[in-house]
Amino acid sequence: MPEMPRVSIDLSAMARLMPMYALVSPDGRLRSLGPTLAKVCGPRAMPGIPFLELFRCLRSACAKSPGQLAKAQDDRLVFALRDNPDTVLRGQVVPLGAGQGMLLNLSFGISAAEAVAQYALDCEDFAITDLTVELLYLTEANAAVMGELAALNDRLLKSRDRAERRALTDSLTGLSNRRALELSCRRLSQDDAFDPDRRRTGGEAKKGFAVLQLDLDHFKAVNDTYGHAAGDHVLRHVGMALRAETRQSDVVARLGGDEFVLILSGFTDSVAVMKLARRIISRLETPIEYQGQLCRISGSIGIALSTDYAIADTDRMLADADAALYHSKHEGRGGAMLHRLIREDAQTGGPVEDGA
Amino acid sequence: MHGLVNRSLQAFLNDTYGTALWEAVAQDIDMDPSGVEAMVQHDDSLTELLVEAAARRLVKPREALLEDVGAYLASREALRRLLRFSGRNYLDFLLSLDELPDRIHLAIPDLDFPAITVTEHGAGRVLVACSLPLYRNVLAGVLRGMADDYGALAVIETNEDGRLCVELMDAQFAAGRRFDLARPGVE
Repeated sequence: MPEMPRVSIDLSAMARLMPMYALVSPDGRLRSLGPTLAKVCGPRAMPGIPFLELFRCLRSACAKSPGQLAKAQDDRLVFALRDNPDTVLRGQVVPLGAGQGMLLNLSFGISAAEAVAQYALDCEDFAITDLTVELLYLTEANAAVMGELAALNDRLLKSRDRAERRALTDSLTGLSNRRALELSCRRLSQDDAFDPDRRRTGGEAKKGFAVLQLDLDHFKAVNDTYGHAAGDHVLRHVGMALRAETRQSDVVARLGGDEFVLILSGFTDSVAVMKLARRIISRLETPIEYQGQLCRISGSIGIALSTDYAIADTDRMLADADAALYHSKHEGRGGAMLHRLIREDAQTGGPVEDGA
Repeated sequence: MHGLVNRSLQAFLNDTYGTALWEAVAQDIDMDPSGVEAMVQHDDSLTELLVEAAARRLVKPREALLEDVGAYLASREALRRLLRFSGRNYLDFLLSLDELPDRIHLAIPDLDFPAITVTEHGAGRVLVACSLPLYRNVLAGVLRGMADDYGALAVIETNEDGRLCVELMDAQFAAGRRFDLARPGVE
């Protein structure tokens, strides 16, 4: 094998080229070290101290003694600083000529940012060819970009939320709108379809629900007499009244004009539902003040109960509740009617109003 | 055009001249005054419209306006820090300007910054060429701002051939702003 040409380099040149070098004697003692490594090691790193007393070799099993360390020239060495085990350096070793020991070069690797902060390092502490500074640049630039992206995401999510809420809300009353009602109905129909035990248990153990169609009475008169602003005020008032009489989980929707729909989950007892309907109506009949005027309205309600159906199809229930509503209006304003009773009425030949 | 370019203009107008001026400029070009989105691409013409409208409102030549934008950007802490990574001193910073488009590309891959060429022209004199006038004008302001940041005294002019000529009078004229490699808050 041809002999390799040899060069000699003085230590100050080596310090510039490899500011984290360590020159180690054959018996493993530190002979000299680069300025950046000196900053990291602190005052203990005096010439003569065994290198492996400063650093613990983490990876290479053969690097437990100076002799083994000198032979590990093909390994990727990983060292932890004994005085501060959080500081982990990667390193490479080359043996020097006979009897001259070895030369190590170390670097911070991936955790450079923490080390730079901890040891207050500067551009000048790194060799010109070292990309650590670029790594720091990139880390910082990335953080800024990610911050912008996170802010963008946040804005997009918020505006989507707003748009969705607006799309499902009746702007005048803040109640659900027709689209929100349709979504709720679809959900209820699916719940019911997935509930094969419902019929066997008679629907009592399962949720069940009531559908109420509400139409205001004498609302047109308010509009005609006091104007649309008064009408809007009354509608808002009705919205608040309906919210107050129902639970958070119930659906209260305005379908436009003076038509409202309520879906009350868990409400399947006809007496309780009729009681609630009457309470709503009497609340609506309390005169509403608008700019010194008293607006008087009432309401009529038609009701369908899911337990009256083999399969609770919300479209059909809405239509039936509507039929009950008109039946009730026909009987006189300000009343409530269960759809089941119209059916019974048709069979028995006489109108029966529940509980009346 | 990357949204960051327009966002920079918006931030500059807002921070320097106040919200009212920004809103007036936005109104002039029929734009939503809530502003531009930074992290998406915009139509190139929007930047032109913005610059024109702002220059008109401020009664200022667009070159001077764009230079002020550059100086403003170089004064922002996050940005000046990123810029400081590219040079150990002002001369080093100037001579590494040809790396700037790549550096920007590293951080924001879809921001196309035009190529910059740097030529040393005698002692302490550096010629900087950038093909797009918009970016060149902003760059002139950035160079002005970064001279202050490094504490260097430099004269920056635009040559007849469109190149920027930076004459470094004194590299250590003043103390400059402090720059620690470690980002504040990293431990």
